[in-house]
Amino acid sequence: MGWASAMVVLPLATAFAVLAVPAARAAWIRWVALAGTGAHLVVSGLATAAYWQAASPDADFARTATAGKLYLVERHAWFPSLGIEYLVGVDGVSMAMVLLTSLVIFCGVLASWQVRDRAKEFFALLLLLVTGVFGVFVSFDLFLFFVFYEIAVLPMYLLIGIWGTGRKEMAAMKLTLMLMVGSALILVGFLALWWAAGGRTFDLTQLARFHYDPALQHWVFPVVFLGFGVLGALYPFHTWSPDGHASAPTAVSMLHAGVLMKLGGYGALRIGVYLLPEGARDWGLFFMALTTINILYGAFGAIRQTDLKYFTAYSSVSHCGFVLFGVASLNLLGAKGAVLQMVSHGVMTALFFALIGMVYGRTHTRMIPELGGLARTMPWLATCFYIGGMASLGLPGLSGFVAEAHVFLGGFFGNPFAPVAWTRALTVVATLSVVVTAVYVLRGLGAAFQGPVRDPEHLRLGDATLTERLSTGLLVAALVVAGVLPGLLIDLVEPPLFAVVNRLHALPGGP
Amino acid sequence: MTCDHSAIVQHAWVIPALPLLSFALVGLVLRPLNARLAGAVAAAAVALSAALGWWLAFDYLQFAPPAEPLPTLIPWQVEWLRFQDGLRIDAGTLLDPASVLLVVVVTTVSALVHVYSLAYMKGEPGYGRYFAVLNLFTFSMLGLVLAPNLVQMFVCWELVGASSFFLIGFWYDRPAAVAASKKAFVVTRFADLGLLLAILLLGQAAFDVRTQLGASAGDSQALDFAFLGRADVLAALAHQAPVLGGMTALTLGCLLLFVGGAGKSAMFPLHIWLPDAMEGPTPVSALIHAATMVVAGVYLVARAFPLLAAADGVLTVVLAVGTFTALFAAAIGCTQDDLKRVLAFSTLSQLGYMMLALGTCGGGDPAGRSAALFHLFTHAFFKALLFLGAGAVLHAAHTGDVWHLGGLRRKMPLTHALFLLATLAIAGIWPLSGFFSKDEVLAAALHGGHPLVFAVGLGVAGLTAFYMARVYLLVFWGEPRREASAHVHEAPLTMVLPMGALAVLAAVAGFVPVSRWVALPGTAEHAGIDWLVAGPATAAALAGFGAAGWLYGGDLGRSDAAVARLGRLYGALRHKFWIDELYLWVARKVMFRLVAAPIAWFDRMVVDGTMHGVGLLTRLCGAGVQAAQTGQAQAYAAWALAGGLAVVGLLWAAGRAG
Repeated sequence: MGWASAMVVLPLATAFAVLAVPAARAAWIRWVALAGTGAHLVVSGLATAAYWQAASPDADFARTATAGKLYLVERHAWFPSLGIEYLVGVDGVSMAMVLLTSLVIFCGVLASWQVRDRAKEFFALLLLLVTGVFGVFVSFDLFLFFVFYEIAVLPMYLLIGIWGTGRKEMAAMKLTLMLMVGSALILVGFLALWWAAGGRTFDLTQLARFHYDPALQHWVFPVVFLGFGVLGALYPFHTWSPDGHASAPTAVSMLHAGVLMKLGGYGALRIGVYLLPEGARDWGLFFMALTTINILYGAFGAIRQTDLKYFTAYSSVSHCGFVLFGVASLNLLGAKGAVLQMVSHGVMTALFFALIGMVYGRTHTRMIPELGGLARTMPWLATCFYIGGMASLGLPGLSGFVAEAHVFLGGFFGNPFAPVAWTRALTVVATLSVVVTAVYVLRGLGAAFQGPVRDPEHLRLGDATLTERLSTGLLVAALVVAGVLPGLLIDLVEPPLFAVVNRLHALPGGP
Repeated sequence: MTCDHSAIVQHAWVIPALPLLSFALVGLVLRPLNARLAGAVAAAAVALSAALGWWLAFDYLQFAPPAEPLPTLIPWQVEWLRFQDGLRIDAGTLLDPASVLLVVVVTTVSALVHVYSLAYMKGEPGYGRYFAVLNLFTFSMLGLVLAPNLVQMFVCWELVGASSFFLIGFWYDRPAAVAASKKAFVVTRFADLGLLLAILLLGQAAFDVRTQLGASAGDSQALDFAFLGRADVLAALAHQAPVLGGMTALTLGCLLLFVGGAGKSAMFPLHIWLPDAMEGPTPVSALIHAATMVVAGVYLVARAFPLLAAADGVLTVVLAVGTFTALFAAAIGCTQDDLKRVLAFSTLSQLGYMMLALGTCGGGDPAGRSAALFHLFTHAFFKALLFLGAGAVLHAAHTGDVWHLGGLRRKMPLTHALFLLATLAIAGIWPLSGFFSKDEVLAAALHGGHPLVFAVGLGVAGLTAFYMARVYLLVFWGEPRREASAHVHEAPLTMVLPMGALAVLAAVAGFVPVSRWVALPGTAEHAGIDWLVAGPATAAALAGFGAAGWLYGGDLGRSDAAVARLGRLYGALRHKFWIDELYLWVARKVMFRLVAAPIAWFDRMVVDGTMHGVGLLTRLCGAGVQAAQTGQAQAYAAWALAGGLAVVGLLWAAGRAG
């Protein structure tokens, strides 16, 4: 078994191991889950090293390549007559996403230390979900990709419906249905791509060699982009996100906002723009405009929220807007910014949801007006919240700045197929979000953590426990490392993006 | 070319690295263990930085015989962020007279403020946190002044803003401090948006120029100051096609750059955050909101000076904004009751002085730039001293309201003497430092062909002397007007000594030939004191003193009568022309009520409502298959499994058939 398969097998095996633990041994369940995800974090690190060893000789070539190259590939025939294969491998972008997912699930298990209700099923489903996510990031066969995609989406329904809070059934239903509609669009797109290329292969690298008819691209691209966009919280299909996140248990929110929403941006870039450059050319400006709405709308929406989870969910709508905005910019800066933002937002939002869970566990409320002055009794949680908030408003030295700077520059340099005045105007509008974000972050955090202690009961509460410190500390460290040493991530994700961008530049009418 | 530099020039990066290291050490390790040790380590690190800063300055000055200009060096830089080829951002240290000057100012004032804080902040619950953030600030400020490109400057620019935010809100359980910290951050953030857009615009324009230049661009990157200051680049930028409203990217970019600078340096109308920032601990006000961070805007304009000088009309805007702010803030300063607020408005006014000096260079003679940097240098010392003096008063009397104080000169003789010296220095009395730098600023206005600005500058000089003498007399002379100020005691030695050091600097800084060192090529040489300027300026200061002495030196009834006679004007000044209220109204009514609330409503009702509508429709259609909806997870899992098997079966069958 190669590295790429290990990425999928390990969490699945952990899920089965959790199921095998006798229900009476509740504590073992957590430890098995932690050991499995911890091992995964280590294995992801080793896989990155293996990938780096294989890929670094090609880094210079990549600049001029028009086709992406895969590493650590494993290929087995599955349904040869339809051209379906078990094809897994990695490139820099998927490697980065795998690392992100490993970190988030590890911290998510730590943050779920207090789950007692049907813990076995909870951790098993969580691990099944993450198996799907890892699967998506390593699959390069579209059919396999879709299978994993569904595995990632479906357990969410049960996780929210059973372990959630508030109007959980409604939220679970809404989330699942909306994401299913997205999946349906994606499936239609995939089948069209497969069919138009002769129905012989679902291999992404093979399909990339096929030149699709521009007329076909013109309608398939928006279908695929919208399909992925639903998961990536594209306006106006984002409304599942606030309700879903608000109702989901902590680890599920972390995983969902931290990683699952990234599948949207990942798919839009990797499949939408890469396979359908002419479709992207036709629709780039339209989606830039739509995602500009995302960015500002989410930020303004967050100002009025009083529930910490809704607050974070709207902030995610805004930040995921940056991802799709970068993708739609159709240039290297934008694409790089999109991937960096996926990682940055993934870590940041996982941190937020972990912290909200910890605050809720103590105060039993998430309503900002009922909190206040928590920094006095929970300095650790408050400090982490502020660091996350600063990353969210794009403070340099933390991960958000590097990503946003790329996205803004990408927008400013302009989509090569659109009038530069338009893309600049959209970018200037999008930059307003840096001020609005500062407003809602400082307002929300100020009301919850600063000022006098509003509820005397809160004076008796304690600060983070050791597991909580480990979980949040790791995420904070990731924000700092990504912000201080952006080169690490950029070196990893840049080479495969050249292939995407070079294909666009090779089009007639390009630069 | 770098091998013959002395060790400190080569390794100037150590100067910012020390406080950064100390920040990490204090913040992560020492803070929870031992607060006193945390403070000591933080102060020691910055003191070491200051020693290295002075060593750097002395070594750097060896480079040039008197006649030659001092060189611009980048002895150290590493790649930090690679946007794309030609747009690589390095972290590095740019050494030129201006940056070396600022290194000395920042490290010196910061070290003295650290030492002062050891006693001032004693017993505070957040002692370790305070010193950690103060270290972070020092690092960021040094990174800002040493930046060799616009992006490093922006990065550090934001970091000083964040440190300022955390320090203003240091007492986070006080609602006023929390509100002030948010206001400071949001207002400067709004201005920083200008700087960000300037970077985007200039970066893109310079990138185009770099592409045109081809090989002659060399390894210089589009956003390097070295590249942006090249004559051929400036000429190419000036000849680009207009981007908006007839302005080239250069002009528009420089205007936006100035917006960023105006926010940080609290120029009208972005000044509203600075007076409120006085809610922070007083040593913070001295370091951040008087001596260093707030001059970053002035420094930015001075650093990007070749760009601004090449852009049409931007310096005129700088001139107008600076002149207006100088007058406006000085006038308000005459009416405020809180000692620190008076000093804050004084800072605004003095920053206006520096900006107006920069703005006088529109005629081609960059003498004003030298004057601005000179005034920045002297102001840092006397204003920091004034704030630390105010801190000593606050520490002793626990109030900053000048009407509650009085008669402190007998109980606090050292503080009184030092405060008096600083008052004379800021008023521009010979031979103290303010005299020389103010003289140069006014001379630049007069000789740059701006007689009106010169006249306003003289008026401001008079107002400066007036409001300083007013608070000085009310605080230190007369009799204690409240119980609190009757039982005060002199500050401890750890506080008095740093003040003494600043007093020495405030006294002699005027004799340092700063403006000769920082002069750009083409600056007209003028030696000695220009009595045509210094005469009227001194007369204005004396007149200000006289007026204040008459109103506040004896019978305070005179001041009441004067207030009554001023009537509405006094009310407007006292309420700072209601500008804060205007901002609050815009924020609350427009941004929250007219934008944010409708969006939140629209999202729930219209966007989400539509989704629910679609859902309802589907559910009605699906009523037929309701029987399958048992609500049991096992049933769903079984269905999912069955469906999966069916797909696999179909595929397998298709495979067999095909």
